[in-house]
Amino acid sequence: MAFAAFASSDAAVTKPPRRKSTIALVLLLPGILYMVLFFLTPLISLVITSFQAELPGGDIGDYVPGLQWQNYVESASEYLPHILRAFGYALVATVFALIISYPIAYFIGVKARRWPLLQSMMLTLVIAPFFISFLLRTLAWKQILSDESPVVQALKAVAILPADGHLTGTPFAVIFGLTYNFIPFMTLPLYTTLERLDTRFLEAGSDLYANPATTFLKITVPLSMPGIISGTLLTFIPAAGDYINASRDFLGSSKTAMLGNAIEANFLTLQNYPVAAALSIILMAVILVLVGVYVRRSGTEDLL
Amino acid sequence: MTALRSDRKRPPAKPETARPSRRRLTGLGLPIYVALALVFLLIPIAYTFVFSFNDSVKSNIAWRGFTFEKWLTVCNEPGLCEAFGNSILVGVVATVLATALGTAIAIALVRYRFRFRSSISLLLFLPMATPEVVLGAGLAAQFLALGTQKGIVTVILAHTMFCISFVVVTVKARVASLDPALEEAGRDLYGSAAQVFWRITFPLLLPGILAAALLSFALSFDDFIITNFNSGAVDTFPKFIYIAAARGIPAEANVIASAVFILAILIVVVAQVSRSARQKKLAKLN
Repeated sequence: MAFAAFASSDAAVTKPPRRKSTIALVLLLPGILYMVLFFLTPLISLVITSFQAELPGGDIGDYVPGLQWQNYVESASEYLPHILRAFGYALVATVFALIISYPIAYFIGVKARRWPLLQSMMLTLVIAPFFISFLLRTLAWKQILSDESPVVQALKAVAILPADGHLTGTPFAVIFGLTYNFIPFMTLPLYTTLERLDTRFLEAGSDLYANPATTFLKITVPLSMPGIISGTLLTFIPAAGDYINASRDFLGSSKTAMLGNAIEANFLTLQNYPVAAALSIILMAVILVLVGVYVRRSGTEDLL
Repeated sequence: MTALRSDRKRPPAKPETARPSRRRLTGLGLPIYVALALVFLLIPIAYTFVFSFNDSVKSNIAWRGFTFEKWLTVCNEPGLCEAFGNSILVGVVATVLATALGTAIAIALVRYRFRFRSSISLLLFLPMATPEVVLGAGLAAQFLALGTQKGIVTVILAHTMFCISFVVVTVKARVASLDPALEEAGRDLYGSAAQVFWRITFPLLLPGILAAALLSFALSFDDFIITNFNSGAVDTFPKFIYIAAARGIPAEANVIASAVFILAILIVVVAQVSRSARQKKLAKLN
């Protein structure tokens, strides 16, 4: 639900007057201290953990501080498929979510403007999946896409799926689940920008004899760019780190395991903390670089 | 949830000009698509709801007949209601903590100028741009290094952390839209700083603070990934489902999820109806 963060442009920062800074300090200190203690130092301890070495002769899960650069090389090479799957699946799911969500957001934000009640009702339906457990809605899809389900039977009957084919446990199911679960994250920021779109620009386009497709590509899309960027980030980031959809008990199999699954398994099951930490840092670093490049290239640096 | 607040100024919607009939025909495609897409979004919700009435024995996969029984005996499923209670407890405590800390930060960010302002904004923005699995693993690594026993306290600490950023963003928008003249009026009338805050600022911020609190609770209640890394032996509702997924989800879990869903939708609808009623009243006054 981070869309609020991305969607609301920072109107707040219009140089407030300098006033008694002791009050500001009292207001800021507890919260900032909290974030330092429970966000910043955990990231630092993640970095420290990622360099730890095995304790010679120690038990499973015993590590000593070290400077094991090899942890990164080893975990990156061992889990390269997981890394590639994480970013590949997330990218495909983001593109699908954008294609599916844009018309929804356009309809609610532009076409339904004259009926505010319809607008808010449709928005409620878009965010309705938030109100039912993330895990349960993913499990519902698992049942709907399972081998015994009418969906799969029908696909087999019309020979879209081979007779021994499956949907669950395949990359298709994982990407499907990721797409489904993040559609609201994509639709809401798109809606917020499209809702503010001045339709007179579109009329100007058609007055100048642009066909609807040109008007859409040259006017609507550029004007909704902030929403597109927020939506794609809000989908891509959590999708790349997700390990529910790709998990064996949900829509995936061992062949679809993503980076998140590798981090979870190494941390919680194998107690291989340095590898889990190194993989986490890799995930975070790649995302920060990608987001940085993406935001810079799309020319809205003031977003952050 | 800012997207739901449509009391923002919008450009005057010009009435659409009459279109040739060919356009009107293609114009039907979009509404039909949107209706289908919304139905698609609701499929798993309907599935979960329907299967809360399934007369299932152990796992809730095949349809075995309609029953109300699971709704009446939810807590017979071992561990489920404890997990649900933990989720409520964590959600409430984390929401209170995050709302208090986040609101204070939001007021300071809008109303005061100070050094390190951009680094503080970055510190508050970063958690929202960090994948949950990294947040969860980081906290778990820190608790491990400190030798902290994982349990409900560590879950609350973790949830408070990620909720603060969302509270700051939500409340900040409200503080920014507040007219400082109202507070000046209070001071002009010899109100003390405390009086001005509690009688003027706070009531005006309250809708934003409530929205932030609801958002925090919703985020905390549905969080699984960060919880999984920091809960030790304690179960929350999502963690209960994750563990049960390997052997089959009991229908009672669907009951709880469906009840929570209905309650949440009711809250949203009531909020929307009361807002549109208020807007109509305002429109009449003008």
